[in-house]
Amino acid sequence: MNVKLVAFGIARDILRSSEVQMDLEENASISSLKTLLSKRYPDFEKLKSLRLAINEDYQDDDYKLKENDEVVIIPPVSGG
Amino acid sequence: MIDIQIKETPLDEKDCLSAVADEGAGGTTVFIGTVRSMTKGKTVIRLEFESYIPMAKKEMQKIAEYITEKWGALHVSIHHRIGSLEVGEIPVIIAVATPHRKAAFEACEYAIDTLKETVPIWKKEVFEDGEVWVAAHP
Repeated sequence: MNVKLVAFGIARDILRSSEVQMDLEENASISSLKTLLSKRYPDFEKLKSLRLAINEDYQDDDYKLKENDEVVIIPPVSGG
Repeated sequence: MIDIQIKETPLDEKDCLSAVADEGAGGTTVFIGTVRSMTKGKTVIRLEFESYIPMAKKEMQKIAEYITEKWGALHVSIHHRIGSLEVGEIPVIIAVATPHRKAAFEACEYAIDTLKETVPIWKKEVFEDGEVWVAAHP
């Protein structure tokens, strides 16, 4: 299945784009997506943390992705 | 009342204070974050803030709801600015009104501490000789 990833902050710099499409197997977990991301873009490994938000909420590593989920890469936040 | 705003224009503490005004309040705390001129000995020229706005608003709302429940806050106002800010400008204001003063201090501190951990807002520090995404690396 095809999933659209949206990136902010340093994640956008790492991807060199604010959006990328990734082809994942059906029901891929967030954990497997993170592994794939780190393999393709090793700079993600250097971050203090890496979280993914699905449809505007943080989700755990075992969350199973679905077609058309809005996946946003959340690098360490620094508001305030 | 919960008042959450993310704006590209300058913030004003009077807006937050009027949002939390209540005759039942015994105390109101206001936290105002400002852009500092130096970071680790380097001169900051400006900060650039960006946000995943719909989720940031939801996470700020969660903080305000938690405060309302835990500390009995009467009203909570959280305003965050995004875009390019110069030294001395205000990226965030949090105002909390509670029946008693101790709760107002505790709730306001919880709000800013949690905002910095959970709300999807990012800032880049721009120096004379480069730039860095704050807190991105260990």
